[in-house]
Amino acid sequence: MKIKENLIHGLFMFNALLVVLVLIGIFALLVNTSIPAFREIDIKEFLFKAAWNPTSYVKETYGIGSMLVSSVMVTAGALLFAVPIGIGTAAYLSDVASPGVREMVKPIIEILAGIPSVVIGFLGIVFVGPIISRTFGLPNGLNAVNGSILLGVMALPTIISLSEDALSSVSKTYSDASLALGASRWQTVIRVKLPAALSGVIAACMLGMGRVIGETMIVLMATGCAPAMPKNFLDSVRTMTSTIAIELGEVPYYTTHYYALFAVGLVLFIITFCINMASDMVLHKYQGKRG
Amino acid sequence: MNKKKVTEQLGFWVLRLCVGITGLILLIILFDIVTKGIGKVSWRFLVESPRNGMTEGGIFPAIVGTFLVTMLTAVFAVPLGMGCAVYLNEYADDNVFTRIIRMSIRNLSGVPSIVYGLFGVVLFVQMMRIGTCVLAAGLTLGLMTLPWVITASEEALKNVPQSYRNGALALGATRWQAIRSNVLPYSISGMLTGTILGLARAAGETAPILFTGAAFFLPFLPKSPFEQFMALPYHLYIMVTQHHSLETARPIAYATALVLIALICSMNMFAVILRYKLRKQKKE
Amino acid sequence: MHQTKIEVRDFNFFYGDQRALKDIELDIYNNKVLGIIGPSGCGKSTFLRSINRMNDTIAGARVNGTMLIDGQNIFSEKMDVVELRRKVGMVFQKSNPFPKSIFDNVAYGLRVNGRKDKAYIEHKVEESLKDAALWEEVEDRLSVSAFDLSGGQQQRLCIARALAIEPEVLLMDEPASALDPTATAKVEELIQELKKKYTIVIVTHNMQQAARISDYTAFFMLGELIEYNETQKIFTNPEKKITEEYITGRFG
Repeated sequence: MKIKENLIHGLFMFNALLVVLVLIGIFALLVNTSIPAFREIDIKEFLFKAAWNPTSYVKETYGIGSMLVSSVMVTAGALLFAVPIGIGTAAYLSDVASPGVREMVKPIIEILAGIPSVVIGFLGIVFVGPIISRTFGLPNGLNAVNGSILLGVMALPTIISLSEDALSSVSKTYSDASLALGASRWQTVIRVKLPAALSGVIAACMLGMGRVIGETMIVLMATGCAPAMPKNFLDSVRTMTSTIAIELGEVPYYTTHYYALFAVGLVLFIITFCINMASDMVLHKYQGKRG
Repeated sequence: MNKKKVTEQLGFWVLRLCVGITGLILLIILFDIVTKGIGKVSWRFLVESPRNGMTEGGIFPAIVGTFLVTMLTAVFAVPLGMGCAVYLNEYADDNVFTRIIRMSIRNLSGVPSIVYGLFGVVLFVQMMRIGTCVLAAGLTLGLMTLPWVITASEEALKNVPQSYRNGALALGATRWQAIRSNVLPYSISGMLTGTILGLARAAGETAPILFTGAAFFLPFLPKSPFEQFMALPYHLYIMVTQHHSLETARPIAYATALVLIALICSMNMFAVILRYKLRKQKKE
Repeated sequence: MHQTKIEVRDFNFFYGDQRALKDIELDIYNNKVLGIIGPSGCGKSTFLRSINRMNDTIAGARVNGTMLIDGQNIFSEKMDVVELRRKVGMVFQKSNPFPKSIFDNVAYGLRVNGRKDKAYIEHKVEESLKDAALWEEVEDRLSVSAFDLSGGQQQRLCIARALAIEPEVLLMDEPASALDPTATAKVEELIQELKKKYTIVIVTHNMQQAARISDYTAFFMLGELIEYNETQKIFTNPEKKITEEYITGRFG
């Protein structure tokens, strides 16, 4: 009986351990597959040089500079509009909406969250793209603005639902106290609830940011993917994710180019890992303060 | 006093605008796809293979492929995910080991899907020599879905009142007996609800299957897990960006997008109904 | 003198750094009712839950000192906690029937302890429900959900559930605190019956209840055992002033 119990306990523990192994495994395999790339590529050149031209006849170059800039550009653009709208929607849901309205709006957010990124990317080509090209008089609308808008749409549900969780978990005594002092509901939301939930809201936005940076299909489809360094938001951009998606299918296994793509994946992994850890820390600080 | 009221109303309208924009976005997405896709969707579109260089015919192999790969995803992710959730909620103490596990889960759910794709290529396709096939894609998607299943399952386990466990333990039940007879029966539907939501997300993913098994075009259905397959999201991507004649392919692309969304929405709907029924049951 | 069932010496209990029970010493006698009284947070529930090691489930909980049942250390490595809990049954403060039928609730303990004989289980369920004075109210609806019973009936069901596995000691954590006076009277009456077969330890918030049903009374305060004696003695002629103040209701 006791042995059986311990066996079952051990089995479940091993199962849980597997999750840690997967994370370590991903990291280890990325590192392991990236290393051969640096036999031929200078690591400084890789990180800081702008030009990525692995198939050049003259001299192959592997610099992820322009990809980094592209990723940062579309991410910033996406957050620029997803963060205010997301927080606004979350605040409305948690503090203004009647229960009936809330029950109506929540499914909207759930459905939005369920729309596959490939469908959003598709709409970037057939719907958002033409609008942009008409508005700015461009030959096509596949550029950083397009990608930003779509990525923002994708990040919205994450930001909304996590921010709303943070806002709703603010103790009712805070807002009651504020209302009792004669503050309006608006003042209470802005001056009491948002500051109290700030770390949770920031963490929500950071998680949204992590998803945006790691998103592949949207940027692959809607940003044009020209490998040159972008000069402004109306330029075509090519992020780290889309570079991997475009090139991995075409390179022969075990070439420098192939290894270099894994190195790009490793950079991507490290960036998202850091964002996740940072949002975790922000959130913990917040729980610590309130707990 | 009056000024305060005005500010408040103004502020609330700003918030309402935010909600309006969110709703409008969904409306535009659904409206565009439904109106432009519905005309092409027919019974034959659903049950026929693509013909004439994918300018005619249906998307049957892609539907079947998505179904198969999602099934495999479930086979890998569901038992492992639920097991991990049981460990965390029923067995684990709050110690360093547990915190590392939780941290890993949160980080896994933040790993970009294309990175899962890279991992799948190295581990399943090459190291394990499975090759690019349904199995490799299912395993890759399974890993990606794992953290979602764990989180959702743990949520369901947390909803089981502590008294069910304590009552059983006080009667001399072992830990596992208490879990099996007094925890799992009351959390399984909740676990399934969350799991289905996770699987619906997996069914719509493209990046992890790009290099692990999805095929551009196949005249036949896969006969074993070791063959390549067509998948709805990948098919949509192909029809929109890689097709030799994008204009003729556009209606098919719209219809494919519609089918994909309908599939995912119905999976979500199923999960939501399950959850609703469960809540009603609990209240009774 | 009576026969000692449970012997507690120098018993300390910690939640992390916080010491919840301090050097407790007392004997619990066979077939007697021990009432534990004291203000909230005095450690009485912690003490009760130590006897069947239900506190094991709390992270950071730690004990030292000894607590013996029939001469065996409850907290020793060799003690099988599952066996212990069969021997020491427990009724919780809030009635906690499982979301199963009345029959299955009572049969639960038998089944998890490996009883498969159907006839025996049926017999035992009936006997336990009779012992818990619930049989007549439920005999024709054993298959309905336990949630359909009233609060008082649910609590007696939980008592029946605990009795089914034939424990030697029965722990009761404020078993009547959530019940109305009629149901409380029924439970108290039941306890008087049960002590013929079982050793009972009952935590209660209600002084009159302790005076009515217990043979011995222990008064806990801030984790310490202030006074322990025969119930009559405690309530008529307590040795310590603070005990007197508490039982006369000057603080609570």
